[in-house]
Amino acid sequence: MADNSIGDMYKLLLCWRYLRTRWIALASVISVTLGVATMIVVNSVMAGFSHEMQTRIHGILSDIVFESHSLSGFQDPQWHIEEIERAAGDQIAGMTPTVAVPAMLSFQVRGQWVTRQVMFIGIDPRTHAQVSDFGQYLQHPTNREQLSFSLREGGYDTTDSQSPTETPTRPALEHAGWPHRRMRVERERLWKERLETKKSAENTTTRSVDQQVHDVLAATSPKDDSAETSSDVTEDGESRKNPFQTARPAQGRAMDPAKEQFTGIVPGIGLASFRNRQGVDQFLTLPGDDVKITFPTAGTPPKAVSDNFTIVDFYESKMSEYDSNFVFVPIDALQRMRGMIDPQTGIPSVNSIQIRLKPDAKLNEVRDRLREVFPSDLYAIATWRDKQGPLLSAVDMEMAVLNILLFLIIAVAGFGILAIFFMIVVEKTRDIGILKALGATSSGIAGIFLGYGLFLGLLGAGAGLVLGLSITYNINQIRLVVEWCTGSRVFDPSIYYFFQIPTIIDPVTIGWIIIGAIVIATGSSVLPAVRAARLHAVEALRHE
Amino acid sequence: MSDLEIPSKTPPMLETRQVCKQYQSGTTTLEVLRGVDFTLKEGGFLAVVGQSGSGKSTLLHVMGLLDAPDSGEVWINGRRIDNLPVREKDRLRNSSIGMVFQAYHLLPELTALENVLAPLLIRYGIFDWFTQRRAAQEKAKALLDRFGLSDRLHHRPRQLSGGEMQRVAIARALITDPQVLLADEPTGNLDEESGAGIIEALAELNRDKGLSIVLVTHDADIASQAGGIVRLAAGTVDIMNSGAADSAA
Repeated sequence: MADNSIGDMYKLLLCWRYLRTRWIALASVISVTLGVATMIVVNSVMAGFSHEMQTRIHGILSDIVFESHSLSGFQDPQWHIEEIERAAGDQIAGMTPTVAVPAMLSFQVRGQWVTRQVMFIGIDPRTHAQVSDFGQYLQHPTNREQLSFSLREGGYDTTDSQSPTETPTRPALEHAGWPHRRMRVERERLWKERLETKKSAENTTTRSVDQQVHDVLAATSPKDDSAETSSDVTEDGESRKNPFQTARPAQGRAMDPAKEQFTGIVPGIGLASFRNRQGVDQFLTLPGDDVKITFPTAGTPPKAVSDNFTIVDFYESKMSEYDSNFVFVPIDALQRMRGMIDPQTGIPSVNSIQIRLKPDAKLNEVRDRLREVFPSDLYAIATWRDKQGPLLSAVDMEMAVLNILLFLIIAVAGFGILAIFFMIVVEKTRDIGILKALGATSSGIAGIFLGYGLFLGLLGAGAGLVLGLSITYNINQIRLVVEWCTGSRVFDPSIYYFFQIPTIIDPVTIGWIIIGAIVIATGSSVLPAVRAARLHAVEALRHE
Repeated sequence: MSDLEIPSKTPPMLETRQVCKQYQSGTTTLEVLRGVDFTLKEGGFLAVVGQSGSGKSTLLHVMGLLDAPDSGEVWINGRRIDNLPVREKDRLRNSSIGMVFQAYHLLPELTALENVLAPLLIRYGIFDWFTQRRAAQEKAKALLDRFGLSDRLHHRPRQLSGGEMQRVAIARALITDPQVLLADEPTGNLDEESGAGIIEALAELNRDKGLSIVLVTHDADIASQAGGIVRLAAGTVDIMNSGAADSAA
């Protein structure tokens, strides 16, 4: 029967009519739309940045880092690895020992010595790639598959292998490797010769040094082939047999720098290059160049020792903190040079063990299990999240504050709706009286305005969703247009190391934004709706 | 007063017993109704006349449940209605009482047809509406057709003349098949000719359909067309002449 049903057809009709005839109310929809769109874009970009950063941090660090407090490290990594395996082996996918010490890196740029403070890290080239994404950050395609600390015969990427764009930004790397090394050696030799001939006052040549280098290289090209084959051996897993591999030239014999190398190192790309405003990397030194590194020995007190090394590749994690700080070296070479190998037993020491877990393993659970087994006064055991905790929580905090601020935009829109609705209630007072005279209930009258607010909220949130998603999906094109219009770089890859603005669209976040906007829009219509419901029919009918 | 006595079988359609109503404005209290006894028989057509401020409209509002009396009782068809819960009063206004106002009081956002349908739109939920829609629209069209508005179905109120608007308003009052029609100076805003048409329409409804009507007016000529006249003065019934209503009933 009709008397039991809740009449709501007229509410729908009137809401719809008001929506079509009250343009001023649509103005408040625009602020809801803009608020929702901004929140979606900001959250997507922030989530993208945060995810990109976490991926990179996680790619650089292994899941769990097992460290000693002392710089001299702990003895017998193999025993530790077995103990760790016993404690939590079911969740562990791989482990590798490392040695990390602070050091000074010095290299020559046009005759000037440049010195940088670095973290000198000894890694096992065979197992290190198993615990982190270390391999994929290298510049030589073969090194990315299996790292070798021997210099390559060219073939380094001239483009950024992690960037989707194909534009060459590193033309200098084209000649890196043995060709660069030979050319440098030849140049030095010719320069020395020229100085000597100058001294003897017989200027026999007018040709440039570069031309002479070119001639010499052309004449020695068969040697190139032999060098190539010798370095190719590494790919057959025979890397230890490579005469250049981590080998120091025999004592007492002068090393031929055109054919031999010192111990190979992989410095972070930020140590050797800087990116100019055109996005092209300028290199101060290249694979093939020799550098000096000064580092402390393992004794007490530590003594500083120096040695020569040859750059064999660059490491680029896109985290400038790491790229301008890390230098990687074969762990056995570093252990030997620091005196970390027990001379009687031959058992080495290491600073830390990097642990990679299986994909479904529980990070904190494994850490806690290891903490139970190993005394905390000797060992520091931390997850990658613990290590980067302050950074990650800073990003989370930033996102939370931004969200609060942006949500206030929608709240302001809510006050707009409140004011406009009060106006509409006053304007519609007589109509409200009519509806009451025709039998509309007070809650029905309130329902009209609540429904109207809900409609506006849905409309604003829906439009905001569409706008926000289309901006997010096209943000890189929009960036290009803005850059073209203003002539200035909005998103500078030399600062961010990303070539595209990363975005992640999280449906849950978007759901909450939409729900929030609709609740605010409906909520701000509550007061006007209550006011409308309380109007006295006779007085409302008399209202002019 | 013998003709006002209630026959034991059929209760009067509408009755007020000692209805009092006063308005407070600041410190002064205005007593608008001071014990009004009013009876309308089923099928009766009474005109309520009186000077401005005599309480005609207030009486009509009290009878139409738009306003509650301070004391006294209102009965409709043998049922006391002034003390019903709010919801029940809303329902009665929607189903048993039709009202027509001086200022038409149509909803400007709706077309003539939708205005006529408004009471049914209020009555039905969405699902009920879709089952009832066809019948309701037929009925509304028939009513508008009857008042000569079949070419004005989809016009908005502001596109209609005063007389047309008032006829739409009457159609709206009739769509629910009310037991009683309360008209508050329905000709007050109309020229003489349109006004006469409206009164003629009301008289016809009373005559042909037996609809009980209360017509508030200050115009003696119009009042004379009703079956009986009740004169209000100073908040009480001054003269009650419902002889004609008797004959109509």
